[in-house]
Amino acid sequence: MAAALLAGCWFRAAAAALFLGCYRAALASGVQDQAEQFFRSGHTNNWAVLVCTSRFWFNYRHVANTLSVYRSVKRLGIPDSHIVLMLADDMACNPRNPKPATVFSHKNMELNVYGDDVEVDYRSYEVTVENFLRVLTGRIPPSTPRSKRLLSDDRSNILIYMTGHGGNGFLKFQDSEEITNVELADAFEQMWQKRRYNELLFIIDTCQGASMYERFYSPNIMALASSQVGEDSLSHQPDLGIGVHLMDRYTFYVLEFLEEIHPASQTNMNDLFQVCPKSLCVSTPGHRTDLFQRDPQSVLITDFFGSVRKVEITTEAISLDRDLAGFESKLPKDELATEPLKYAEQLPVAQIIHQKPKQKDWHPPGGFILGLWALIIMVFFRTYGIKHMKHIF
Amino acid sequence: PVTVRTSITSRYEMVYRSTTAQEQLALDAATAREADAALRPLQDASLGSLTVYVVPETSSLLPQGISVYVGKHRSALVRAGGGLAAFHTRLRQLTQVMSFTASSIAAALSDRVPNGQLSPDARRHLKSSLGYEITFSLLNPDPKSHTVDWDIEDAVNRYVQPVLDKLSLVANFSVDSQILYYAVLGVTPRFDKESSSFLLSAHSLPHVINPVEARLGSSAASLYPVLNFLLYVPERSHSPLYIQDKDGAPVSTNAFHSPRWGGIMVYNVEAPASPRASLPLHVDVDMVRVMEVFLAQLRLLFGLSREELPPEFLVESPGNEGLADWELDRLLWAHTVENIATVSTTLTSLAQLLGKIGNIVIKDDVASEVYRAVASAQNTMAELATGHLHSAFQASKEAVTSSERAFFDPSLLHLLYFPDDQKFAIYIPLFLPMAVPILLSLAKIVRETRQRKKEPTKMD
Repeated sequence: MAAALLAGCWFRAAAAALFLGCYRAALASGVQDQAEQFFRSGHTNNWAVLVCTSRFWFNYRHVANTLSVYRSVKRLGIPDSHIVLMLADDMACNPRNPKPATVFSHKNMELNVYGDDVEVDYRSYEVTVENFLRVLTGRIPPSTPRSKRLLSDDRSNILIYMTGHGGNGFLKFQDSEEITNVELADAFEQMWQKRRYNELLFIIDTCQGASMYERFYSPNIMALASSQVGEDSLSHQPDLGIGVHLMDRYTFYVLEFLEEIHPASQTNMNDLFQVCPKSLCVSTPGHRTDLFQRDPQSVLITDFFGSVRKVEITTEAISLDRDLAGFESKLPKDELATEPLKYAEQLPVAQIIHQKPKQKDWHPPGGFILGLWALIIMVFFRTYGIKHMKHIF
Repeated sequence: PVTVRTSITSRYEMVYRSTTAQEQLALDAATAREADAALRPLQDASLGSLTVYVVPETSSLLPQGISVYVGKHRSALVRAGGGLAAFHTRLRQLTQVMSFTASSIAAALSDRVPNGQLSPDARRHLKSSLGYEITFSLLNPDPKSHTVDWDIEDAVNRYVQPVLDKLSLVANFSVDSQILYYAVLGVTPRFDKESSSFLLSAHSLPHVINPVEARLGSSAASLYPVLNFLLYVPERSHSPLYIQDKDGAPVSTNAFHSPRWGGIMVYNVEAPASPRASLPLHVDVDMVRVMEVFLAQLRLLFGLSREELPPEFLVESPGNEGLADWELDRLLWAHTVENIATVSTTLTSLAQLLGKIGNIVIKDDVASEVYRAVASAQNTMAELATGHLHSAFQASKEAVTSSERAFFDPSLLHLLYFPDDQKFAIYIPLFLPMAVPILLSLAKIVRETRQRKKEPTKMD
């Protein structure tokens, strides 16, 4: 065997994978299985980010909206550890609530969506544009607890639901700041760059909601809104006992629709697009699917609202030698007693101290204002006479 | 991202030599397994290398009908004969099995290759991460009937720890365990009269995990990906419980797993001999049977499954170590490539972000992380090109850590978007009324100066 071989394998990852992938798929499963797999989404876990952005008692309906979606999503299987719930105000324990510890979504107090197992991750003043963007992009300070993080990966389907007061191109947070549709689109692009989602469903229930999804440009996003640009989303029904409107129309009908879904249902997205026609909703709900790769007909509601996992049967087990006596670990275990870390070493103190203060607001540079005032004063005195200057200097 | 223009080339460097006397002695052993064991200390088994011994066609070392034997470590025995062409094909197949194939590398890059070009199973292996958390949970929904004892600590030390020690090169592992009482599966099993047992059909399995997941407490664990292995002891009223596969046959392992999540095994308790045995029954779990299944699931979750091999190949089972050395190599090749792809995408998108948003401030430590990531990535590529798998993998881990730290630094949040119309809307009402008298006064000054220049000529 003296022949000198230098086998060089040159392959393009995509083309070779296509060939091998098709080959294997055809071998491994029958035609029916193949068809099923082709239309099924490739996700392995589900996340939900539910945001209510308004505070004050008369915005009760926004909190009720978010809690209704939370309840449906939990009922269909997404666990609390995979839900990031952000409520900007506390309605259940608000002093103006005649029925404390409850948030109702139907009049005559039929359905209490607050329950006793609600886990709110961001509450009250923690719901800010900055925190929301930090959750989405993952740029969170290391001290944040796990329940406040969105730990999605490239096989996660994420449902993002936002509600509150909005306008053409923006959504108001806490009555003091706003997030624009461009910032939101950029945040989604950041998520896509880091592959933090497999597919994203974005639902927004505000006035002129369709403007918020106009600027999206990342792939695999489907968006639904409760009203078009120029239209207002209206609320559904007031409850005379509580004294405020309980829900918004669009979310009310979406909730009714979701109540009929159970974890094994095969309802697809086209049915969700038909929810709340103009006769019921008064505004025209809109949706956007051009960025989404699959056909909405083949997307199940439970792909986003529920958590149905892919499972495989374990067909074979390995064989272990039963009588192996206590195994000596080959790795040397650290016998040296390390000094317990001092507190200061655990905090990135150097980073905190030497960090430049973050510039939150953009102020025009100081020189500009000074120059402007100097110009004004000079012109004043030039026009009305130099003699006035003598009194000042 | 990996576009059509990016490609990966691989090259095998082959060195030929004849066997040394000691190796000859080892190859004189009776069976292939003993030969493999005897050969191990004689090789220089660095990560990523393979030693192939060619034995004569008539040798009795390999059993009849087997022409290739793949050992537990990094060596293989190939029977000569059948012509040079056939031999070359065999050799090529062997090297692909023991190191990497196009599909395994493509699977590692699965989130960057466009959708639809990969088979769906390419996407379910665990992503390369710096650490993993493994949680073993015992679910006992019926403590009144069964008192279940499982010696998990001993089982972990004896059976799981060797596997994790072998995998410690890949990542840090931490193991914990818990027992959950009154935790029921989300699905009611059907009673099957013929076998007088309860059956869980294959299509109801996806709904089993969700109600349990809320109670597993995986959110309290570390930030690393969590692998859950659940052992379910069915209630007395639902015993014995078997899992059915798609064709209706009961599964021999009585277990199923979910990609990137973990696995569940159903452990049936034998009915007591006398129907009037006192409740609760004491159950001692046979940990070996359980661990055999869990470790098999762990291998599948990591993507170490056996591919289809031609019948003339015989692969040695790795025994208690859980995985053979060459399987570890496969994992390392795939993870190294995945790490490099991650680093390049991360740094590219970071650069794009900075190009787009001009007013982000880059702190010094973020900058140094980026430099370190780039240096480590280049190091990795260099090491990979020469085939030093160990150092390439370590460098790739460093590169990933640095790039993630740079990308996810909390200071890089861009918040201020000033569209042009907002700028006009804010500043014009502020400055325009103020500017009107100024501009008029400036005009007046200019007029006066011009007039004064003309006047002296007039006065004369």
